[in-house]
Amino acid sequence: MTLFTDAELLARLQFAFTISFHIIFPAFSIGLASYLAVLEGLWLATRNQTYLALFDFWKTIFAIAFAMGVVSGIVMSYQFGTNWSVFSDKAGPVIGPLMGYEVLSAFFLEAGFLGVMLFGRERVGPGLHFLATLMVAFGTLMSATWILSVNSWMQTPDGYAINAAGQFIPVDWWKVIFNPSFPYRLVHMVLAAYLTTALVVGAVGAWHLLKGDRDPRAKTMFSMAMAMVAVTAPLQIVAGDAHGLNTLEHQPAKVMAMEGHFDSHPDGAPLILFGLPDQEERRVDYQIAIPKLSSLILKHDLNAPLAGLDTIPDDREPPVATVFWSFRVMVGLGMLMLALGLFSLWHRLRGTLHASRALHRFALMMGPAGFVAVLAGWITTEVGRQPWTIYGLLLTSQSRSDVAAPAVAASLIAFIIVYFLVFGAGTFYILRLMKRLPQLPEQDLKDGPLRTVSLPNPAHSATRGGHHGA
Amino acid sequence: MVLDLPFIWAALIAFAVLAYVVLDGFDLGIGILFPLFRAKQDRDVMMNSVAPVWDGNETWLVLGGGGLLAVFPLAYAVIMPALYMPIILMLLALIFRGVAFEYRWRTRRAEFLWDYAFNWGSTLAAFCQGIALGALVQGIKVENRAYAGGWWDWLTPFSIATGLALVIGYGLLGATWLVMKTEGALAEKARSISRIAAFGTIAAMGVFSLWTPFTRPLYLERWFHGPSAAFSVIVPVLVFLCLLVILRGLKRGPDHLPFLGALGLFVLGYAGIGISFYPYIVPHAVTIADAAAPDKSLGFLLAGAVVLIPLILAYTAYSYWVFRGKVTHEDGYH
Repeated sequence: MTLFTDAELLARLQFAFTISFHIIFPAFSIGLASYLAVLEGLWLATRNQTYLALFDFWKTIFAIAFAMGVVSGIVMSYQFGTNWSVFSDKAGPVIGPLMGYEVLSAFFLEAGFLGVMLFGRERVGPGLHFLATLMVAFGTLMSATWILSVNSWMQTPDGYAINAAGQFIPVDWWKVIFNPSFPYRLVHMVLAAYLTTALVVGAVGAWHLLKGDRDPRAKTMFSMAMAMVAVTAPLQIVAGDAHGLNTLEHQPAKVMAMEGHFDSHPDGAPLILFGLPDQEERRVDYQIAIPKLSSLILKHDLNAPLAGLDTIPDDREPPVATVFWSFRVMVGLGMLMLALGLFSLWHRLRGTLHASRALHRFALMMGPAGFVAVLAGWITTEVGRQPWTIYGLLLTSQSRSDVAAPAVAASLIAFIIVYFLVFGAGTFYILRLMKRLPQLPEQDLKDGPLRTVSLPNPAHSATRGGHHGA
Repeated sequence: MVLDLPFIWAALIAFAVLAYVVLDGFDLGIGILFPLFRAKQDRDVMMNSVAPVWDGNETWLVLGGGGLLAVFPLAYAVIMPALYMPIILMLLALIFRGVAFEYRWRTRRAEFLWDYAFNWGSTLAAFCQGIALGALVQGIKVENRAYAGGWWDWLTPFSIATGLALVIGYGLLGATWLVMKTEGALAEKARSISRIAAFGTIAAMGVFSLWTPFTRPLYLERWFHGPSAAFSVIVPVLVFLCLLVILRGLKRGPDHLPFLGALGLFVLGYAGIGISFYPYIVPHAVTIADAAAPDKSLGFLLAGAVVLIPLILAYTAYSYWVFRGKVTHEDGYH
């Protein structure tokens, strides 16, 4: 089989597989960390026990998701070297320090305060505990900032020069970090993480409401999540549109593939809603298209000319069908999220937010939509960057380590087996935790006097156990 | 340039790797020792003694890897493909033992499975790290800025031996950590394990020291000629002192003394390896200066590192302080 002898394809599959699995966890934990901070802040401000109970409920789930994110993330920090060593050697001087900052300013912060956040409330008191939660949330956002700067630099490199050894070297750090696509990608991704988390929280709330559980925690989380979806879904569409226009400016071939434009359109390009792109024959079969709409969206002018893939050499084109379809999956789900947000708003105004079974079913169905949309979006932007690792400068085929194909194949198979086993089990545990809202009694008495416990006293912790979920 | 940036960074990366080895060393060690403690209660306490800190400990590994990419990209690009198999195995092993910290509290039926995952994952990760060290010491083949050997070159009797040595060494760190952090029968058992592991670690260091000079002539030179030879005389004395500290602490306390002695052993061994490597970062192939990224990269990251690393050390110390003292079964964090 050629698949097992083509080391480049295997290495690409391995990176795609490990990063796709990895991104699921941060996409969830970035949003969840912020949500936890909000819940704890609300509890401190109102002393309403529902918020504290919700905090404890989601904290346990966060711990599992975060652990999966950490271990799959360690893999990523070594993947660059094992399979993509030429890329590492060449791009290291530019992207390495950015990742170094991610480790120093984000990973340590998250890991350092996670222990206190998960296990330390009795030992440090509520004020410091809240600080720990804030640090964890801040860490996840810092991490996103640095790593998206790295990815954006690979998409739209700036502020660099090339030295005698063929390495990219930094010339202007400001330009490297704030490269042209970075602000757009950062906003788009952080919104995506918030939206993803809101959809998960909303689905869990909806599930308990559908079961007939009138628990205040279920109502509160559902209400908070739907408000978040109603606000972020439209914002995300605006941000996505701006990101698309930025891509058109800097990576036109990617947009051509997203749109399925094999040909240039000198007087207004159609928006192809659906179709089957055939890259060999250079056409989109069975297409349903709206004339001139693509020009209107991308150029804000019905008759604006739009160049097509005919202006790009064939061996510099991204795989069109993948980009075309993943983009449509993302946009389609985005529209459904907007619909959910509006639907929930309508019920909220009518006072039927906690009563509408249709809304709850819709929200439950949309639970995993954020993850799918995040993956589809990343596939669009990463496959759309091909055949380059550093856009326009370093080809993917010239980035790879010279590792024997059987080694790459063996490790790929091992990753697939281990990831499905381990992360499958983790997902199972998370789903099981989500299904079970722990009993509330005593909690009020137990957690009441905590604010008076300011001095840590390891030998005589006032309350023991129980605060890590079930 | 007034500052020798590559040298400063070599020292910082060396510090990060040492921090990783001693910090994750003891929590990997807990996993290595798991089969010696069969009672669920004991295992719960062992796990809880490291649960709040393991995550931070492992972050030093990311700094070691990510930092290498940032400041010595050529070394990173050469070492990773050369150690392909042990590194990937180590990553997979770390996955199993990392998630075990959370998973094992989420199930009764499959708890034993995650105990196995924790034990095997920890042991395999330690073994692979030892192999990686051995393979690096014995040297890797570099041509044209790239690794030029095969994908099984790392596998030699020497690297297997260093792998085993590290498992024993981490076992010592884990056992002395338990002496410090637990009490009662569990601590007593950890005490007797510590004694055996201490002698095991010393023996492993002895074998390593006798074997290494014969893998490469450069080491022989380094160890027995010139100014660095003094180190070859001092180190055995200091190692012996550390052993005495461990044994004394085990016998009469205080309970943190054996752990400190074990840390001392690791620092000494590590310094010895560092002196043998210098000025190479990949022995005999790539020097620190060769591998270094341009000063503009090194300076940019250093500016942040001088502020952030002390901060990290401060809040890491704070976290250890919060969870100080003996861990008992009723302390169950979960």
